[in-house]
Amino acid sequence: MTWELVGGLETHIELSTKTKIFCQCTTQFGGEPNTHCCPVCVGLPGTLPKLNRAVVEYAVKAGLATNCKISNISKMDRKNYVYPDLPKAYQISQYDKPLCRHGFITLSSGKNINIERIHIEEDAGKLIHERGNTFIDYNRGGVPLIEIVSEPDIRSIDEAVEYIDKLRLIMKYIGVSDVKMQEGSLRCDVNISVRKKGDTALGTRTEIKNMNSINFIAKAMEYEFNRQIDILESGGEIEQETRRYNSDLNITESMRGKEDATDYRYFREPDLVTIAISEDEINKYKSELPQLPDEKLKTFIDEFELPEADAGLLVKYKKVAEYFEEAAKDIKNKKLVANFILGQIFRRLDTEDEKEECRISIPPGYLNELVMLMEKKKINSSMARTALEQILDSGKPVMEVISEKDMGGIDEDTLRKICEKAVEANENAVTQYLSGKEKALAAIIGFIMKETRGKADAVLATEIVKQLINNN
Amino acid sequence: MSNIKYIQNLLETKQLSCVELTRKYLDAIEKENKQLNAYVKVTDQEALRTAEQVDEKISGGEKLRPLEGIPMSLKDNIVTKDIETTCCSRILKGYVPIYDATVWDVLKKQNAVLLGKTNMDEFAMGSSCETSCFGGALNPHDTKHVAGGSSGGAASSVSGNIAVYGLGSDTGGSVRQPASFCGLVGFKPTYGAVSRYGLVAYASSLDQVGPIASNVEDAAIIYDSIAIYDSKDATSQGARTSSADKLNNSIKGMRIGIAREYFEGINGDVQKSIERAIKVYEDLGAEIIYFDLPQIKYVLPVYYIIACAEASSNLGRYDGIRYGYRTESYADIDDMICRTRSEGFGEEVKKRIMLGTYVLSAGYYDAYYKKAQKLRGSIVKAFRDVFKSCDLMLAPTVPTTAFELNFTSGDPVETYLTDICTVSANIAGLPALSIPCGFDSKGLPVGMQLIGNSFEDCKVLNAAYQYEQQMKEKIYKKSERGVRI
Repeated sequence: MTWELVGGLETHIELSTKTKIFCQCTTQFGGEPNTHCCPVCVGLPGTLPKLNRAVVEYAVKAGLATNCKISNISKMDRKNYVYPDLPKAYQISQYDKPLCRHGFITLSSGKNINIERIHIEEDAGKLIHERGNTFIDYNRGGVPLIEIVSEPDIRSIDEAVEYIDKLRLIMKYIGVSDVKMQEGSLRCDVNISVRKKGDTALGTRTEIKNMNSINFIAKAMEYEFNRQIDILESGGEIEQETRRYNSDLNITESMRGKEDATDYRYFREPDLVTIAISEDEINKYKSELPQLPDEKLKTFIDEFELPEADAGLLVKYKKVAEYFEEAAKDIKNKKLVANFILGQIFRRLDTEDEKEECRISIPPGYLNELVMLMEKKKINSSMARTALEQILDSGKPVMEVISEKDMGGIDEDTLRKICEKAVEANENAVTQYLSGKEKALAAIIGFIMKETRGKADAVLATEIVKQLINNN
Repeated sequence: MSNIKYIQNLLETKQLSCVELTRKYLDAIEKENKQLNAYVKVTDQEALRTAEQVDEKISGGEKLRPLEGIPMSLKDNIVTKDIETTCCSRILKGYVPIYDATVWDVLKKQNAVLLGKTNMDEFAMGSSCETSCFGGALNPHDTKHVAGGSSGGAASSVSGNIAVYGLGSDTGGSVRQPASFCGLVGFKPTYGAVSRYGLVAYASSLDQVGPIASNVEDAAIIYDSIAIYDSKDATSQGARTSSADKLNNSIKGMRIGIAREYFEGINGDVQKSIERAIKVYEDLGAEIIYFDLPQIKYVLPVYYIIACAEASSNLGRYDGIRYGYRTESYADIDDMICRTRSEGFGEEVKKRIMLGTYVLSAGYYDAYYKKAQKLRGSIVKAFRDVFKSCDLMLAPTVPTTAFELNFTSGDPVETYLTDICTVSANIAGLPALSIPCGFDSKGLPVGMQLIGNSFEDCKVLNAAYQYEQQMKEKIYKKSERGVRI
């Protein structure tokens, strides 16, 4: 019997607004405990929240970038629960009128994963367990979050991983979050159930809470998928419950059952007024959105004629993609530029972070200039490679490096003369070539390269040599 | 007539220095507060320091701002930086805030002389001030009676002449009812007129800070100072216009509406006093319009459901972790929170937290909270309709005069029922004022209520002032206590 996985994701993403959602405190990660706090975000008696409008803007942009409908009227609600990291004993969130609804993300297979809603809410503080004590750091309390809730459309772990990857990339592109999973700025709850292939009804689901690594999400889903199948196949029933992933043992374990589920007693936040978003505002945000990763990929493949894999690698890092676009400006063969970036330049970027940040030591204009010289046949490709290494090392402008090292190209007349000399000097090779051994040309080209100390354009030289031999 | 103006004149003409004035009040507090229990905290150092500054200004020939140099009191749920703020709850004992409430910030900048923090029902939940962890404040007119609640201390301080005025808060009548019991003017502005930032929340959608004063003009002067827009409170709008300069406007032709439902089951003495007041308004040229307002029968349940629901959430933060009271010994964090709250909150507060939690719970939400919200909408609409054909509404403030001590320890529902006349103004967010209109057979003050349309606070104050000008000899009885100037 084949079983099918049915999954839905709730993704929490910290927004990178300068200040918190309801006060003026910084959202910066880290900091000495309880130094990014004020009476409002620690919920001192008498304080009131004031909605940071930038949070609405960021969330609406996230909604627009994931094909959501934006609500013109929205509101905040209180989600009541008691936990020491939540200083008001309620989280200000959105219950029945989220900012965004009914969006989707398209996977590479063409399948859509539907997004039920995106809402805004405040993050909680953090408990730190140390030396047998528990300390509370409220720095993170009040940092704005969006929660993106997908429909249960995910049918495999690969789909889940791709969905999260795509979400991350989109959020990065539109600049609403740095989505650093290790810093907890993207966290996922996974809802998962299984059913027999072909069934349409949903099975009983479990929810695995609060994972901040794609690797863990994949492992937890795999474990949970198998656990549920085992239970069903041995005639058992799945219990609706909340579970956590234990990464040390690579298992999921029960946190609380359905009967212990918290009753959050949602009700409208009376301290905040209705959030109204006009069509004008929505259109303004829409117009401010950059080209999204999927569109960029399409441009790179269709217009720039890059191979799909190369395009994908460039688009994966927003800043690299932008660097590429800058460097490829007015270049006919944009693949040359892509090759340099994905080859020589990427070799120098060791970590994902460096790629993410596009820590390339030279401005894109340099690369553009270099490739331009190649296209004008002022410099051959192997010379260009050498030059690029030296430019990257020294940070010096292209022309400086090239003239310093005498890497300037050779004009066609001079090259023709050298070619004539080469044909005369390599009679053997000419004979062999004429008898059909194409490879024999290598000796002649080698001679030319030696004569020109590598500056000759090999393609052009080959052409000239062939002409000379055939015309003789 | 205005005490504030009279005292400022004494100060400016140097017949009395602000320090002398403040000392008089502090001495009177020393003497009277033992009995009245109006103050739970006296801020003498603070008061004298401010008074000195005021005297310096006066000797420099500077003109005083409207509330400058006037000794006053703050209800203990208004947050004061560096001054203990307890809401008269054990759970906040020892809590010293690190910021000032906006209303206090505004007054502080005017050099208002803060004498101390006044007694109140715990977290403003009560009608007699007796749920205070410090015990109730007594009525200066007759100490066998309560000062009312929840702003009982504020009313007691003004009525006992140990403050010129007091700021209270009104969630269901907590400014108006004690003002009525103590023979004072109590004004609850339109919801949103005065900032709530720094008012410890009881029921956020109903709470509003308001003055308790000994006359209408004082109330208007205070209102004009505190009804300003505050960017820290998303529901704040400030006043539309100033009020003190419009008190003398004629009310001829003003249409005053009377809903019969407010008079059902009220005390005979109250009824008589109000009828006499209606007559005064007629003589002043107002048009009296009688009508039925059946929605009034829903206001109490709606009020208690919404107020308790919001309170259950607002009071969740008192867990003993960050500030205030924490239980002595406990097994773990959950046990600590549970014991702290069980020991820290009084019975009435716990009752309302439980009620509020219940009405918001899954399975009961629709039947209670949701229905109450729906009804609130229809009540708001009913009042809006009333004000299409009326300028003001007139009603009793409370169906009775001041309760005897311990009256509220009886049937709680009986106590809740006494809020019937005041809560509608909170539910609909309307401005409402209580002004004395006579005395009962025991000599206790009777209060009358004027309710205005949203943001027509000026009209309410204007009509109250016009009535007061006609009746001031008959409606006020100066207490023998406290400071006499």
